[in-house]
This record gives sequence, structure tokens and C-alpha cells, in this order.
Amino acid sequence: MSQMPVITAKKLNHTFGKGTLRKPVLSDIDLEIYPGEIVILTGPSGSGKTTLLSLMGGLRSVQEGSLKVLDQELCEASKKQLVQVRSRIGYIFQAHNLLECLTAQQNVGMSLRLHKDLSLVERINRSVAILHAVGLGHRINYYPDDLSGGQKQRVAIARALVSQPKMVLADEPTAALDSKSGRDVVEIMQQLAKEQGCTILLVTHDNRILDVADRIIHMEDGRLATNAA
Amino acid sequence: MYFLFPKKLVSRFAQEPPLAWSQLSHQKVRLIVGLAGISFANILIFMQVGFRAAMFDGVSRIQEHLQGDLFLVNKTGQFLGNKTFSKAQLYRANAIAGIASVDPLYYSRSSWVNPKTKELADVNIIAFNPARSVMDLPEIQGQLSTIVQQDTVLFDSKSLASLGPVSELFNTGESINTAVSGRKMWVGGLYSLGSSLFKQGHIVMSDTNYLRVVGQAGADEVHLGIITLEPGTNPDAVIQGLQRLLPQDIKVLNRQEFIALEQGYWAKQPPGIIFNFGTVMGFIVGIVIVYQVLYTDVNDHLPEYATLKAIGYADLQLLGIIFQEALILGVLGFLPGFACSVGMYGLLGNLTRVAIVMRFDVALQVFILTLLMCLISAALAVRKLQSADPADVF
Repeated sequence: MSQMPVITAKKLNHTFGKGTLRKPVLSDIDLEIYPGEIVILTGPSGSGKTTLLSLMGGLRSVQEGSLKVLDQELCEASKKQLVQVRSRIGYIFQAHNLLECLTAQQNVGMSLRLHKDLSLVERINRSVAILHAVGLGHRINYYPDDLSGGQKQRVAIARALVSQPKMVLADEPTAALDSKSGRDVVEIMQQLAKEQGCTILLVTHDNRILDVADRIIHMEDGRLATNAA
Repeated sequence: MYFLFPKKLVSRFAQEPPLAWSQLSHQKVRLIVGLAGISFANILIFMQVGFRAAMFDGVSRIQEHLQGDLFLVNKTGQFLGNKTFSKAQLYRANAIAGIASVDPLYYSRSSWVNPKTKELADVNIIAFNPARSVMDLPEIQGQLSTIVQQDTVLFDSKSLASLGPVSELFNTGESINTAVSGRKMWVGGLYSLGSSLFKQGHIVMSDTNYLRVVGQAGADEVHLGIITLEPGTNPDAVIQGLQRLLPQDIKVLNRQEFIALEQGYWAKQPPGIIFNFGTVMGFIVGIVIVYQVLYTDVNDHLPEYATLKAIGYADLQLLGIIFQEALILGVLGFLPGFACSVGMYGLLGNLTRVAIVMRFDVALQVFILTLLMCLISAALAVRKLQSADPADVF
């Protein structure tokens, strides 16, 4: 691809613990991910997928090597720079982590509240529109408690995508869902990502959804194993 | 109402309420328990502050109702009626230029027989020359001719119940005889001054009747000299003149100093300290309650707060949410606490006949204390928020 990559990792190492308990989690990760790609990261548990994802999301400090995300070097980045990067990335977690006290629309609006240039009306319109897009147009004012697991995860996707991020990081977004809702959720992600031209990096164990990927990266023992196209 | 809550703001609030309010109002029971707790702490503080205020308002009530510009007291006297000095000194003081008059006032504690139960109680005698009205209460000024009569006193209708139902009996037209220091006396009229926790009640009598109660030796020793200056006189010059003229054991006070002396003495008494202690206790109880509410809130929503951090909320913004919650709790909790306290003041006032009034400055003080209490709790609770690690949510 001719475009500049959105994520560039070079000689990325990460360890947990100290002294004799020191345990490498990631070693020598070299990776480039380009705009508009849907990349699936697979591998057994403990292979370092989630750690890699949280490093890319600016949720963890980079220890060694270089990791450039959306033109921002995360190695030795300040706390403020990390917060900046986070606000430009959409996150979808295994647990939906919606705020119980807010309606679907308000939950989606939470990530728009960070954008000071948007008026309240714009924010509401955009969150309503994206909820329609994920097929929840009839559940806009429902609280998470009144939504099914699949619906909650769709709200979480709407929250991740509403601010039109350049990149979405998703950690097992289908793990808590039955196969039908899991499939729906992934297809919605795929469709919205294509519309907005955003990159998706998806960690999953779920073999049923591998076909949406442009590229599948396999991880084992903290190293990238296969790099199938 | 429109000006208080412009439509735009109301609809904005309904569309996108502050997160702090959403968190609090989502769990109604917890909110109500929290508010009840804060109200309780408020009532505790209000009661203590109210008692203290009632006590301090009460103790200088006589001083505030005395007419006069300067006051002569015994130098070692800690409060009115504590020490005496020779009446002869008053005649000497009268000689100073600029002084219009010098009047003696007797103020002493004595025994009183409850006319109904015949039980003994304490009463404070205010005695002065009825030819010269030294108190500015119209009820007393209008009944000076009554106290001229032998063994007749005026009774403070706001005296505590332990002195007997004197005003009720008097109003039914009964003649009330009692004994003051063992001498038979009659109640010739009523006036209204007010008692405090330290003073059960007051009677007013003439200096002649006072002499009959305490004897000649007692009447030669006065508790207070009240000086009225001629208009346009510089009080400082008179004070200097008095200090030069009078013996070392007599002190000259202006009105403020005179009131401050009395208040200062009673404030140092154990009840004042106890009430202060009670206020601090209420404050601490409030901190603990608000802390509990906020801590459980943070703890229950830790993954949600971590998610907010992950989607780009800065730590400061989240801290802001907790502090907002604290302030909302404080303001909402204060209102019922205040309302209950007003009711309790009324109830206690009726039960004890010690008037406890909800004063604006006291209410403001407690309100500020409440906000402070909530902010301290928030400051304690946000430490838990630091443990919301966004890396944990993946």
C-alpha cells in the first residue's frame, strides 16, 4: 500500500513483573497497519494480544522500542499526549462497559462530549443517527439494563464509531454474544468502518468472524507468527 | 420561574444532564440514603450551633437592653453580678465634666418560690432606682410606678418553666405571692426579656425593695454603674478622667466592651466547649457519610470510569465528576436538613422557653460547613478513582 501506515511498531518489547519474576509479554514486534484495513489478531490466551492492543490504544506506557499511532510516538509520550491519542481512537471492549445511568443515546454522546466544537444538537443528532445505523433506532432512550447483550454491544460500537475515529480497537467484541448477534455486530462494524474509511484492529478467538478480515495476524508467546494476507 | 430556569437550560439539562447528576439520580435509594445522612449531619450541626447561638444571644441580653454610654464594673468581675464595688464611687464619678448622670444597678442571684408548687428555684434580680429608667424595654418603662410599691416586682414572662406558671396565673387576674430570698413579695406586672441556659429567669424591682431583700450592707455595694454622657461629649476623654479619679479596682467599659466581657466569660464555660465539640462531631459524621456514598459510587462504577479514561477523558475531568457529585449531595442534603432544623428549633423553643431562632448567618455558616464537608469527602474518595486503570478494561 502506498499510504502512510496508521500504526507502525518497531522492535516493540514489553515485560511484566520485576527481577526474577520478570516475564516478557511482547518481544520484537514489527508491524504496520494501513488506513482502511480490517486486521484480526488471533492467538492463544497469554500470547500478548491484549497487551499489544492496550499499548496501541495508549492505555499502557510503551517500555521499549517504537510505537507510532496516528503520527504520535507513544514511547515516552506524556500523559497528556496519551489522553490525546485515546480521544482519537474508538474502543470496543469485551464487556460493553456502558454507563448504567445513561440512556443509549447519552452513552454514545459521552464520547462526543469530548469534542468541544460540537453543539448539543449536533451531538444528539449524530448519536441518534449512529444508533439508527447499528439498528437500534427504536432503543434510543433505553437504559443499558433494558437492552439485550447484543444490543448493548451495538451501543458500544456506536459509541466507538460516533466520533468517526481513524482507528477502532476491539477486544473480543463477540465473546459474550451468541453466534447470530456476534455475526451482526461484526458486520455492522465492517460496514461502518468501510463507510468512514477507518482502520479496525480486532482481537478475537471467534473463528466464525475471521472472514471479515483483510489480514489475519497470529500471535504466539509474544511474537507475531504468521502474516497471512 | 422563567428567569430562574430559562427554557433552554432546562431542555439542555433534560437532554444531557451532567454525568454527576445522572450517576446520583440513577440509584434513587442510595441517593435518598445519602441525602438523609447529610441532612442528619446538618441537623446535628444546626442543633449545636443553634444551642450555642441561643446561649450567647441570651447571655448579653440584659447588657443590650441597658441604656447608657459607659459602664463601671469591678475590675475582677468576670460577668455581671460577679463582683461589686462601693456605691460611693458613683457619686465621685458624677463630678466629671461631660457626664449627665450615673445610675447604680444591682444584679444578683437569689432564691425564688414557685407560686404553684412552692418549690425553690433560682431567679436573678435586676434592681434600680425607678425614678430613672435604665432599661429600654417599654414594658418596664410603662410599669415603673408599679415597682415603686412595696415588695412588688415585675416578672419576665419568658422565664423558664421551673419558676412556675406566673404569667398564666397573672393573666387570669390572680394575685401571686412568692418569696424572694425568704422575703414575701408580689408580682405586680409582666415584661418580656428572655432567659438563657444559664439564667432561669429575671425579676425587676426597685432599689428600695432590693434594700429590703438584702439589707443596708448589700445595698451599699453595687454591681454596675451606668453612665450617661451629655450629648456631644468625647467618651475617650471621660474614660481617661474616670480612670484617674476612681480607685484601681474599678474598670470603665464602653458598650461593646461591656457586652464582649459577658459573652467572653460564658463562651469559656464548659457548655460552650461541649457545643463546639458537638459541631465538630456532626461535621465528621457528615464527612464519613458523604465519603461512603461517593466511595461506593466510584467503586461500583470503576470499570465505567476506566472506560471513560480509555475513550479520552482526562483524570481531571473525572475528578470533576466526583466533586460535582459531592456538591450536589451537599446542596440537596442541606435543604431538608435546614427545614428539619427550623422545626426542631421551634419545638425546642417551646419545650424549654429558651428562644432558638434560625439566624441567617448561622444557616450560611452551616451551609458552608456542609459544602466543605462534602468537598473533603470527595477529596478522600477520588483516591479510589486513581485505581481505575484504563489498561484493565481490555
